[in-house]
Amino acid sequence: LLSFLPERSNLAGVRHILLVLSGKGGVGKSTISTELALSLRHSGKKVGILDVDLCGPSIPRMFRVQDSDVHQCDSGWVPVFVDQDKSISLMSIGFLLEKPDDAVVWRGPKKNALIKQFVADVAWGDLDFLIVDTPPGTSDEHISTVEALRPYKPLGAILVTTPQAVSVGDVRRELTFCKKTGLRVLGIVENMSGFVCPHCSECTNIFSKGGGEELAKYAGVPFLGCVPLDPQLSQSLEEGRDFIQEFPKSSAFPALASIAQQILDGTSQQSS
Amino acid sequence: DCPGTGSAQAGRAAACQGCPNRRLCATGGAAPDPAEAAELRERLRSVKHTILVLSGKGGVGKSTFSALLAHGLAADEAKQVALLDIDICGPSIPKMMGLEGEQVHQSGSGWSPVYVEENLGVMSVGFLLSSPDDAVIWRGPKKNGLIKQFLRDVDWGEIDYLIVDTPPGTSDEHLSIVQYLSATHIDGAVIITTPQEVSLQDVRKEINFCQKVKLPIIGVVENMSGFICPKCKNESQIFPPTTGGAEKMCQNLNVSLLGKVPLDPQIGKSCDKGQSFLSEAPESPATSSYRNIIQRIQEYCDQDHSHEEKII
Repeated sequence: LLSFLPERSNLAGVRHILLVLSGKGGVGKSTISTELALSLRHSGKKVGILDVDLCGPSIPRMFRVQDSDVHQCDSGWVPVFVDQDKSISLMSIGFLLEKPDDAVVWRGPKKNALIKQFVADVAWGDLDFLIVDTPPGTSDEHISTVEALRPYKPLGAILVTTPQAVSVGDVRRELTFCKKTGLRVLGIVENMSGFVCPHCSECTNIFSKGGGEELAKYAGVPFLGCVPLDPQLSQSLEEGRDFIQEFPKSSAFPALASIAQQILDGTSQQSS
Repeated sequence: DCPGTGSAQAGRAAACQGCPNRRLCATGGAAPDPAEAAELRERLRSVKHTILVLSGKGGVGKSTFSALLAHGLAADEAKQVALLDIDICGPSIPKMMGLEGEQVHQSGSGWSPVYVEENLGVMSVGFLLSSPDDAVIWRGPKKNGLIKQFLRDVDWGEIDYLIVDTPPGTSDEHLSIVQYLSATHIDGAVIITTPQEVSLQDVRKEINFCQKVKLPIIGVVENMSGFICPKCKNESQIFPPTTGGAEKMCQNLNVSLLGKVPLDPQIGKSCDKGQSFLSEAPESPATSSYRNIIQRIQEYCDQDHSHEEKII
């Protein structure tokens, strides 16, 4: 009889689930996911990141744990902890690949099967936040992830764009995806918004400026802020370092800290 | 271990038991049937050279490069160039070519591409959408179906160069385009990356994909390779090559580095306006980089005569 008792779901201990989306590739979804997790950790929160980009999993390297293995326990897969205090845990296909340069050449159905497993079978334990980092687009991974998460009522989605029209054009479609799937949009981040030359302080808008803010206005969703291009941020991500801790005076820090604060404010409003 | 969706063992190996994709692989659902293959071969008979533009990573400049490659090759008015955008979820090509809002017309001989110049035709799902807010929320099989239609139903006419712009990744679109284009000859793939390891780690997978499906690699382009401040002229590495950049990766994997292109704010502006950056900023160092790379690709295609020997 005991075997028929419903098991406690692996997501039962997760307080808030939020997705990081874009329509566009290479705008900084994984970067924002990583920095948001680090900021929330510095505010004393326990955070998990679920990386559902099966073809191009970036998250493990951004925390310098790309060589870690995944272990099993009774409730499923044990997520990879980033350090001793276990305040950030990760799951990514990156940990499951024998050879990191091997391509995962899967069609939709196989991707969908793994995503369902990732959502149901990772033993996250108690988390304040589970951040779901996604690949670009509006296809199998996105449909499957939203469907699998629906019973757990995600908080919503952060959409990342770069300022130029080509990027905003794709993110508009992602907004439609959110509307059609009933996913609340927590806000839009305009990433790579301007570059301040470290030699002379001249600001150049390499990828233009303002498109993200305009899109937020047009769509009637909150604008979470502009994050500038910052070589120290790029370097931190390359080396898997804690940018929030190590570079508080850096140009991207204020914007990233503000995004995390707005998310925290949003959740405290929700519970009051 | 998965034998590979394209292999003869697909769906039949011991490892396939329990895989949700097993039936699709075993019935060869992924590959075109012989009648379809014949149809595609017929339609693509008049294509002299086919170039795929790939990356593993998003946002490195595939569409930007595809658009400029198309403009560069079409500068020779004697050449007929076709640009096919198979990024179904995020079609950037119409905007970059200044063709937003254009629609596809049908004729007796099939769908007409949208022409930028007399000798430069474009096809993209973007032309099939009625609003810029329309999202294409399709799973793999439906995306494959549209890609097949693009190849089978578009009346390209006689083409010297077919350039195929792809979405990031190694999934349905990539498998399908390689399978469908096996009806013709693919000269090779141009792989785009940026200098940092976060990109390279995905691009190595793409190179691995090319090797798995026996797709020749023309070479790698390193985009966003350094930024020269317009005021003080100092260089900054915004996307630092912490592991040696594309140069080191190409050495390790024995593929050609076609060139490095620096960041230039005018590139993004031109793309947004739908203009050719090569015409808008002829003096930019990025323009000379692009032109050199395009020339190398042209030379590669000219040397590659094996398509003339293909048995139809």
